[in-house]
Amino acid sequence: MSEKDREIVIPGEIIKEGDDYLPGEGTRREGKNIVASRFGLRDEQNKLVKVIPLSGVYIPRRGNLVIGTVADIAFNGWMMDINAPYSSFLPVAECPRFFKKDDLSEYFGIGDLIACKVDSVKRKGVDLTIMPRGLGKLEDGMIIQINSNKVPRVIGKEGSMISMIKEATDCDITVGQNGLIWIKGNKVDDELFAKEAILFVTERSFVEGLTEKTEKFLEEEIKKRGKTKKAEVEGDVE
Amino acid sequence: MSKYTKRFDGRKLDEARKIKAAVGIIPNADGSAMFSFGDTIAIAAVYGPKVMHPQHAQNPEKGTLRVNYDMLTFSVTERKRPGPNRRSQEISKVTGWALEPVVMLEDFPNTVVDVHITIIQANASTRCAGINAAALALAHAGIPMRELVSSVSVGKLDKTIVVDVIKEEEDYEEGEGATDIAMSFTSNSGKLTHLQIDGKISAKELKEAVETGKNACREIYELQKKTLKGVGEK
Repeated sequence: MSEKDREIVIPGEIIKEGDDYLPGEGTRREGKNIVASRFGLRDEQNKLVKVIPLSGVYIPRRGNLVIGTVADIAFNGWMMDINAPYSSFLPVAECPRFFKKDDLSEYFGIGDLIACKVDSVKRKGVDLTIMPRGLGKLEDGMIIQINSNKVPRVIGKEGSMISMIKEATDCDITVGQNGLIWIKGNKVDDELFAKEAILFVTERSFVEGLTEKTEKFLEEEIKKRGKTKKAEVEGDVE
Repeated sequence: MSKYTKRFDGRKLDEARKIKAAVGIIPNADGSAMFSFGDTIAIAAVYGPKVMHPQHAQNPEKGTLRVNYDMLTFSVTERKRPGPNRRSQEISKVTGWALEPVVMLEDFPNTVVDVHITIIQANASTRCAGINAAALALAHAGIPMRELVSSVSVGKLDKTIVVDVIKEEEDYEEGEGATDIAMSFTSNSGKLTHLQIDGKISAKELKEAVETGKNACREIYELQKKTLKGVGEK
């Protein structure tokens, strides 16, 4: 799949004539043709045509890792805000440890950030879980928000992009599918570096060969930062 | 013979003013666009789909399209009193109806898509500029749509039919006077989604006016298409 085949399509545009192909997400069949239903990039794979969204709000899918804010506390769980058009709920039953039910604010208070997984998407809302390993309240570190449609570029193919950034910046990074990213490093400088690297990727989401360009950017930044770090250390010695 | 033979700004009868469009002009919105006919400038911001509040306004069958049209105080020569008024409420409703047939909100029950249209400079045809900007902004926000909508105003000044009226033409009083017809068409199927008439016109002339408007909308659609396709090219 080459990047050049990807073309921006607009709603109502015929993106494939004839009935050899199947209409995928963001498309529909109109008579003999497949027509785009939304604005995005056309993508063809194995006789399936779909439109990759470029913009718009986050639509939760089952199994997505998201970062949410506690919006309210109910008697049996927490109402969460995950930047989606549906209300989402994290029940106590979906918490791994024994949680005393009488005061839930002991565990998560309003405004706390929690990494969770989408358990199910129903008509009326989204149910979340923190049962799988590595989920739960996010403490320290910093949070940044990007457009949720750019998350796949930040993660890269099989996590190539994000693991490169993690390695270069020496930070622990959790990317929520809803566009919230949590960065935890040893120093604030490292965290800021990671933030810059992520913004570098999101600003260039159209560019081809982004992985190589990011690699170069990281190398250059490390050189720059490496020097300043050394200078500081020497200064301390004196 | 019609008394109106030459237009105030020297345009041809079927010539619209210089049209301009841009998308992504409001970074905090989910989708945004600008559209202008000469010195009439409209900007539109789209937010959502998001949960509809108050809850009793939710529709469990499909999402709601909520349009808000407003003119800024400095958009007209005489200062406009800020806030909604009779006129802006009407235009908000009508713009919603013009766009409703193309948006597909069946997959987003109990939600609302907010469209805020702001006129920052006005010289007639503001609702048409607003509809064009809103259609672009909705597409830019990734809202599922059947197709786009293009809108234009057609005027009948005495007996002459002209495209894209300006303020002076709206106030034309000689002969039969001025009739202002705002209309919107879907981009591919060419169906009429909105038609408003202010003034007198015969059925025959109206048919002619609609045909003229349809041709003018094609040009507008080409610009809308070009603008959306140009996203990300820098």
